[in-house]
Amino acid sequence: MVTEMTSTQDRTNIQAKTGKNIDRVDGRLKVTGEACYSAEFPLEGIAHGYIIQSTIAKGTIEAIDTSQAEQLPGVLAILTHQNAPKLNSLKSKNFGGGYPGENFLPLQDNQVHFDGQHIGIVVAETYEQARLAASLIEINYDEAEPMFDLEQALEQSERYDPGERLQPSWGDIEGGLQQAAVTIEETYTTPLEHHNPMETSATTAEWHDDELTVYDSTQWVMGTRGMIARGLGLPEEKVRVISHFVGGGFGCKGFFWTHPLLAAIAARKVNRPVRLMLTRQQMFSSCGHRPRTVQKITLGADNEGKLTAIRHHTDTETSFVGDHAEPCGNITKMLYACPNMEIKHQIARTNTGTPTPMRGPGETSGTYALEAALDELAVKAGIDPMEFRIINHADRHPQSDKPWSSKHLIECYQRAADAFGWQNRDPRPGSMREGDDLIGWGMATATYPGYRFPTAAKAQILANGKVIVSSATHDLGTGTYTIMTQIAADTLGLPIERVKFELGDSKLPIASVSGGSSTAASVSPAVRSACEAACFKLIEMAIADNESPLHDYQAEEITTEAGRIFVKESPEIGETYEAVLQRHNLPLVEAEISPQDKGSRYKSIAARTKPGIVEDEGGSDEFAIHSFGAHFVEVRINPRRNQVKVSRVVGAFDVGRILNQKTARSQIYGGTIFGIGMALMEETLLDPHSGRVIIHNLADYHVPIQADIPEMETIFVEYPDYHLNPLGARGIGEIATAGIAAAVVNAIYHATGKRVRDLPITPDKLL
Amino acid sequence: MSTPDSNRHFSILDQMPIAEAPNASLGSDRTIAVKLKVNETEHELQLEPCVTLLDTLREYLGLTGTKKGCDHGQCGACTVLVEGERVVSCLSLAAAHQGEEITTIEGLAKDNKLHPMQSAFIKHDGFQCGYCTPGQIMSAVGLIAEGQAQTDGEIKELMSGNICRCGAYLGILSAIKEVKEVTA
Ligand code: FES
Ligand code: FES
Repeated sequence: MVTEMTSTQDRTNIQAKTGKNIDRVDGRLKVTGEACYSAEFPLEGIAHGYIIQSTIAKGTIEAIDTSQAEQLPGVLAILTHQNAPKLNSLKSKNFGGGYPGENFLPLQDNQVHFDGQHIGIVVAETYEQARLAASLIEINYDEAEPMFDLEQALEQSERYDPGERLQPSWGDIEGGLQQAAVTIEETYTTPLEHHNPMETSATTAEWHDDELTVYDSTQWVMGTRGMIARGLGLPEEKVRVISHFVGGGFGCKGFFWTHPLLAAIAARKVNRPVRLMLTRQQMFSSCGHRPRTVQKITLGADNEGKLTAIRHHTDTETSFVGDHAEPCGNITKMLYACPNMEIKHQIARTNTGTPTPMRGPGETSGTYALEAALDELAVKAGIDPMEFRIINHADRHPQSDKPWSSKHLIECYQRAADAFGWQNRDPRPGSMREGDDLIGWGMATATYPGYRFPTAAKAQILANGKVIVSSATHDLGTGTYTIMTQIAADTLGLPIERVKFELGDSKLPIASVSGGSSTAASVSPAVRSACEAACFKLIEMAIADNESPLHDYQAEEITTEAGRIFVKESPEIGETYEAVLQRHNLPLVEAEISPQDKGSRYKSIAARTKPGIVEDEGGSDEFAIHSFGAHFVEVRINPRRNQVKVSRVVGAFDVGRILNQKTARSQIYGGTIFGIGMALMEETLLDPHSGRVIIHNLADYHVPIQADIPEMETIFVEYPDYHLNPLGARGIGEIATAGIAAAVVNAIYHATGKRVRDLPITPDKLL
Repeated sequence: MSTPDSNRHFSILDQMPIAEAPNASLGSDRTIAVKLKVNETEHELQLEPCVTLLDTLREYLGLTGTKKGCDHGQCGACTVLVEGERVVSCLSLAAAHQGEEITTIEGLAKDNKLHPMQSAFIKHDGFQCGYCTPGQIMSAVGLIAEGQAQTDGEIKELMSGNICRCGAYLGILSAIKEVKEVTA
C-alpha cells in the first residue's frame, strides 16, 4: 500500500537534500577539465587506432591493399577481414535487458551493408600516423545497387516484422470515421537524424594477459561487458568496462556498436593499450540514428470535439544488419480516449546503418505527427487546441483500461497556459504581429512511459565517518552522481560532503542500461535500501555489543539520523557509526542490495526513521505508469526571410517527485532544445545516387546553438508516484523532447496559416 | 538448448597470442622541435609538423581538459586562449604557436581556487555532460576579455561558436552575465 505523507514536517524531514537545488557534485571536475572521459585515461605506452570505413552503401570488398600504409613509420598493425580473428555472434542474444545495436560483427567477411561500415582498423604510434595510414589504404569494391529510398524500399525490399505489439487496434475505425463531424487525413514525414553528442564514441582497451579493461563511452557498462566478452569468447569476469563520464549519449551510446570490439582486438594484436575515438564524420554511419518516418494519420471527431477514430500508420526503416522498430504509434494508443483505434508500423530494410533509440524513440517522432494532426483537427472543429485535448483526456489507459499510477496532465495544461498567457491568443492564423514579425502560438502534449529496471547497489559506512555508495549505472550529464549522493545522504542523515557515489564500472553492483529515462527511478530505491541495510548491520552490531549504549535494545526501537544510531524514544541513548566500527576494529561495514531484495526487512528502518517514507512495492502491474506534460511555444517569423525563431517556451511536467530541481530543469531545457532542433534544422541527407551519407559534420548537420535559444520556463507539478518506486520519481530525460516539435509546427501554422508536414521546417518550405 | 551458432566458440586468446605482437615500430623521421608555453609552463616537444594544437595538448602533454568534438572548427569544444584570444585549437597547428602564451582550462583555477567563470558555471548549472564545458568556459573568458558583448543578444551571438548538445545554454548565458557584471 502507498503510505501518504503524514505531515509537512515529515515531508521536510525526508526531503532534507533530495529535491533541493543542489549543485552537481561532479561539477568541479567538469569545469576544471579533470573529469576523465573514455579517450582520456593516461595509460602507459598507448597506441592509437583509426577506423577504416566503407565508401559504398552496398557491395563486396574485392581487394584491400595495405602495402603502402604498412610502410609508413609508426604503423603497428592493420586489421581487415583478411587477417582479423573470428568473433562470436551476438545476434538475438539478450544481454540482461537489451540487445546489441546491430547483429553485425566487424571484419568477419567482405560484405558491405551500408556506407561507413567499419571494414578495418589501423594502429600506429601516433594518431597522425594512424590517420595518414588509413588514408593510404586502397580498397576495390564490387559495388551493388543499394536500397536506400524509403518509398522504394517499402515496395521492394525485405521487411522487418516487429510483431503484433506494434499493430494494436480496437473498435471499428470505419464506423468511427462515419460518426465523425470533422475528419482529417494527412501524412507527416521526419528525416534521418543523428544524436551528435559532443563527445564522439570512444574506447580505450588494455589487456593484462587474458584480462581486458575497456574504457568506453557507453550508457550501459554491464551490457557492453557482456557483449565484448561474448564477441571475443572470454568469460565475463575477465572483462571490465569503465565509463565514469559520458560526453552525452541521447541513445547512441545505449546499445552496443562494434568499435569497442575493434579496439580490443587491436590492443591484443599490438600488445599495448589502444585508444580509439571515432571521428565526427564516422559518427554519422556507425552508431545509430533516428530513422526516417512517413506517418499517415486519420482522425475523426464528433460535434463536441470528441475523437471518434484514430488511425496512425507509420512507415519506417531499419538496416539489413539490425532490427530497430521506431514505434511512433505507441503514444497514440495511450494519449487520448478514443473508442476506435488502428495503429500500424511497416518497417523496410535499407542500406543504411542500423537506427537506434534517439531521445524519445517513437515518442518523439510519434508525438510530432499525432500532435500536429490533432491541431489540424481542432482548427477544423473550431475548438481551441488545448480545450480539444482536455475534451479528449484519457482518464484511464485507453488500451489496457488500467488506471494511471499518477496523472495530472490537465493541471499541466492549465498551469503552462496561464504562465504563457494562452488566454490572450487570437486563434486566427497570421493575426498576431509585432512590427514586421509574424507571431504564432502553438501547443502540444508531451508524454513518456515511466520505466524502472532491476538494479543493485552497495553501501559502505567507513570507520572515518564517510560513506561510499555504488552501482554500475551512468551519468550522461543527467545528474546521477548528484541525485544518488543526495539520496544516500538523506537516508543516513549525513551532509553531502560525507557521501561519495561511484558509478560507471562493471565491477560495481549490476545496473541496467541508462536508457528509457529509467536511471533515477531504478537506481534511487536501490541506493536507499543499500544505505539502510548497511545501517541495519551497525544496529545489530551495537545491540549485540555489551559496550554499546544500545546493548540489549530491540532493533525496532532504534533509528538513525545524522550519522548516529539511537533509541527513538530517548535520542540521547546512542552512538555514532564510527564509534561502533572503531570498537569492533572494523574499517567499514557494507551491504549490497540485489534487485530481488525488494520488500526486505531493512525497509523497516526507513519507516522508523523517516515517518513519511514509503515501502518499496517494486512497481505495479495494476497501474499504467506514464509521465505527461504540456508545451506552449511562441515563434516569430520575419516574412522576408522566412526564418523561424522560437522566442518563448513554457512547459509544465508531471514527472513524479523531483530529486534535484537544478538538474531536472536542465534536463527539461535540454530536451526541449533537442526538439526545437528537430522541428527547425536537423536532417541527415543521403546522396540520391549512391545512398551515401552526405551530411556528416556539424557545419552541415545543424543543431541549436546559443543564438537559437528561446526564453524558457519550466513548471513541475510534482506529485510523487509511489507506484513506480518509493521515492516517487519518474524519469525526466526524454519527455521534453516529445511533443515540442509539434508545438513549434503548430505555432508556425498559427503565425503563417501554412501547414508544413515535412520536418525540418527550413525557410524554403515556408515560401 | 544449443543452436549451430552457439556451438562454435572462438576465443581471441587462442587466435591472438600476445607473444606475436609487433615490436615497437620506428618513430617518424619527419618531426620538428616545437617549444610551447602552456599555462605558464614551457614544454619542448618533437612533433610532426601536421600535429594540431588540440592533439598536442591532449595526446602529447596529457592536458585532456581541452576537448575534441569535431576536429573541424565547427563546435568550439577545443577552444583555448592564445595570447588571450579565443582560438579553436583543432584548426591550428602546434608549430604555429611557438613562444605564444597558451591558456587551457587547466590553467584557469589558481592555487586550487576556481576562476569566477568556473564557479558561475557550477552555480548556474551551465553544463550537463560537461564535454563542451571547457570550451564554453574558455570562450566565455575570452569573450569578456574582448569587451564587445554588451547585451544578452550579443553574448548569445558571440557564444554561438560553442555547441552544447545537452542544451545547457540558459545556464551558460546566466553564468556569463553574472561574471560580466561582477567584473564590469
Ligand atoms: S574540436 Fe575544434 S571546433 Fe570542434
Ligand atoms: S554539457 Fe554536454 S554538450 Fe554541453
